[in-house]
Amino acid sequence: MVLANVLQQLLTGLWAAVQLFVLTLVFSMPLGLLVALGRMSAWAPLRRLGTKSEYAGKNPGKAVSALRAFKPVQTLVRFFISVLRGTPLMLQMMVVYFGPYYVFGISLSGYSRLLAAVIAFSINYAAYFAEIYRSGIQSIPQGQYEAAQVLGYGRRQTFFKIILPQMVKRVLPAVTNEVITLVKDTSLAFVIAYQELFNVAKQISAANTTVLPLFIAGAFYFLFNSVVAWGMERIEKRMSYYS
Amino acid sequence: MKVMELNGVRKSFDETAEVLRDISVSVDKGEVVAIIGPSGSGKSTLLRCATLLTEMDGGELSYSGNKAAWNDEQGRTIYAGDLKKIRRCFGLVFQNFNLFPHYTVLKNLTDAPVSVAGRSRLEAENEAMELLKKMGLSDKAGCYPCQLSGGQQQRVAIARALAMQPEILFFDEPTSALDPELTGEILKVIRQLAQEKMTMVIVTHEMAFARDVADRVIFMDGGVIIEQGPPKEVLGAPKEERTKQFLARFSN
Repeated sequence: MVLANVLQQLLTGLWAAVQLFVLTLVFSMPLGLLVALGRMSAWAPLRRLGTKSEYAGKNPGKAVSALRAFKPVQTLVRFFISVLRGTPLMLQMMVVYFGPYYVFGISLSGYSRLLAAVIAFSINYAAYFAEIYRSGIQSIPQGQYEAAQVLGYGRRQTFFKIILPQMVKRVLPAVTNEVITLVKDTSLAFVIAYQELFNVAKQISAANTTVLPLFIAGAFYFLFNSVVAWGMERIEKRMSYYS
Repeated sequence: MKVMELNGVRKSFDETAEVLRDISVSVDKGEVVAIIGPSGSGKSTLLRCATLLTEMDGGELSYSGNKAAWNDEQGRTIYAGDLKKIRRCFGLVFQNFNLFPHYTVLKNLTDAPVSVAGRSRLEAENEAMELLKKMGLSDKAGCYPCQLSGGQQQRVAIARALAMQPEILFFDEPTSALDPELTGEILKVIRQLAQEKMTMVIVTHEMAFARDVADRVIFMDGGVIIEQGPPKEVLGAPKEERTKQFLARFSN
């Protein structure tokens, strides 16, 4: 076992982890916003059910009340979030990677392990980001919406100009937490044999009966996260121009 | 023509409690109206109905003759489909300012004129600086709201409302979040606006101020107007027992 050789292999693994990390963030952060908006959707298409009929004004039964309160988008997104948070990411990754062939019999050309991992990670992390964003959006005082409305801002303008920028600042600490967890979670991609840092370290260590590569991998994760934490801290500082 | 006209407003938040019971208020151009009354009398709800923040159950609303809301056959309010033009008619100053904390003072004043009213940035900035000068805040244009005192924030909020050039300005207890010294700052500004013949409706607990600045005082309780008239009459020699009772607490 030549150390330089080992280091080179581990660095290749690290690069694979970085790719998964960056791509996951790029897709999951915007997707999370979409999911958050769906989760907060108040669209209830049946809310006027029966209000124009001969029974209008009469006390509606339980079934009618439930149908009136039914919010299809919110219900669907709630279900989506609860499944993604309630099952292991490893399992989700296996479903995404093996599912198309073993369940549907489709073999996709160019369907790589990285692609499968990015899809599974992005969807899973979007669910978590969505709930973080939602907490941020719901923490903005009602007065901000009212001030915007009175000044004539439309719904879209209010969200993008007034609410979103304030939300970003509020959720930053929670997002940092999630991003740091993501660095370590990339190691879960070993389950579909994606050659990332942890997988590589384990293989070298098994082949040479030494734990040294695992320790080096640990150091790499730590360094990786130090860079991430430093970056997030700088972003937080840049947003501290108001309180 | 009336700048604002509310007719037969009814509002209840649940089946049992009626907050507004058939209230009608109209305001002339250049008139300053003060609305007083105990907490829970419906003053703020009335203001929120006039500024389209709360939907009326029944009643009509119009600005300078433009209908914003009217009654259907059952007497339930129907709102106009497009309220954009109506919203440009009025401004509102909140009790707790509600400035945008992520914008500088200048941007708080210019963003709506530029991105809602479509004015040019340069023009909006010139007007904003003019307004800030009037408020005695010329040196604060680059500050963020969190760097200002409560009184300064409220003056920015008034300037922000004025920047949209409304025909009528509503104030919802503009000094209730301020100490007596800062209250004076705000009252001075409102007094100045009254001298410039700005049309204003002010919900307030400052009786001396209402007497001083208002052309008409409206006393509300229990969701109805108990009495209204010139401040000398309503505050000086009230006819109604309930008004006397309420004012007695302020004189001692």
